[in-house]
Amino acid sequence: MLKYIIPLILFMVLAVFLGIGLNLKPSEIPSPFINKPTPYFSASKLDAPEEKLSPADLKGQVWLLNVWASWCVSCRSEHPVLNSLAQKNVVTIIGLNYKDDSVNALRWLDSLGNPYNTSISDLEGRIGIDYGVYGVPETFVIDKNGLIRHKQTGPVTEQDVQNVLLPLIIKLQAES
Amino acid sequence: MKYLFFAFFLICQSSYALDARQLADPIQQENYEILTKELRCLVCQNQTIADSNAELASDLRRQVYEMLEQGKSNDEIVLFMTDRYGDFVLYKPAFKGKTSLLWIAPGVFLMLGLLIVYVFIKQKKSTSKAKSADQPGNLDAEKQKKIRSLLDKGDLS
Repeated sequence: MLKYIIPLILFMVLAVFLGIGLNLKPSEIPSPFINKPTPYFSASKLDAPEEKLSPADLKGQVWLLNVWASWCVSCRSEHPVLNSLAQKNVVTIIGLNYKDDSVNALRWLDSLGNPYNTSISDLEGRIGIDYGVYGVPETFVIDKNGLIRHKQTGPVTEQDVQNVLLPLIIKLQAES
Repeated sequence: MKYLFFAFFLICQSSYALDARQLADPIQQENYEILTKELRCLVCQNQTIADSNAELASDLRRQVYEMLEQGKSNDEIVLFMTDRYGDFVLYKPAFKGKTSLLWIAPGVFLMLGLLIVYVFIKQKKSTSKAKSADQPGNLDAEKQKKIRSLLDKGDLS
């Protein structure tokens, strides 16, 4: 009897591990920034390069930092979701235009709509490095005290907005 | 055939991404090469930033280069990277609570394997000893006689 039970148990253990392995997402690297202050930047605005924006300007409000680029294919699928989130008017959305050409970026916003309160340019990807960006699009949720509370790698879907982002934003809005 | 062999080795040569940067100081240059081979490209996760042609890898090489130029030490640069990308950016993660399983597990599995082999061999030996009592060479004289007589009789049928 034992002769049959032991392989069965071994198989089940293996199956459990393989099952866990199947559900892991190795491309999603945990961000070391969770609950850490936003890295400093002072970046030119996309539509007005002479004006600068830094995280300190956004203190006291909950904001999203969405990393995007006109060359990024998944950003295109994410864009309508951001547009509809922007229409809800519940959170400030800052776009980080990552390693992009400003002309292309502005044209993209013109034709697809602009969900961003402001977009800033990161022509050389340096701000990206400071935020540990490794794939566009990425989205950070930042609280009123300038702490990063959540990061999503990859395009935000309508489901993510409903299940993750909105509840978190509402919770953070209630914090002082 | 000889040429084919040669061509094969040409293909097999490990490729390095091209944007050769040369630091003035040979020690720094060496550090640059060490660091870029220790840091993982996060886009193509099984390549170092020295190997990868991804844009991010090239940006990270630039970052390493600039920091070395500024006179930063290897440790400072590694810290800079792990602060931003986590331990994952290191090909050789530091030994700490979170990564201990990664370091210990292979040893544990090796021990487990050796233990299983040991138990298995031991079992095999004891069963083969028990069996060997029944083998023809070890029969006692009385049994041998019985077999002999049975065989002799068996010829008749």
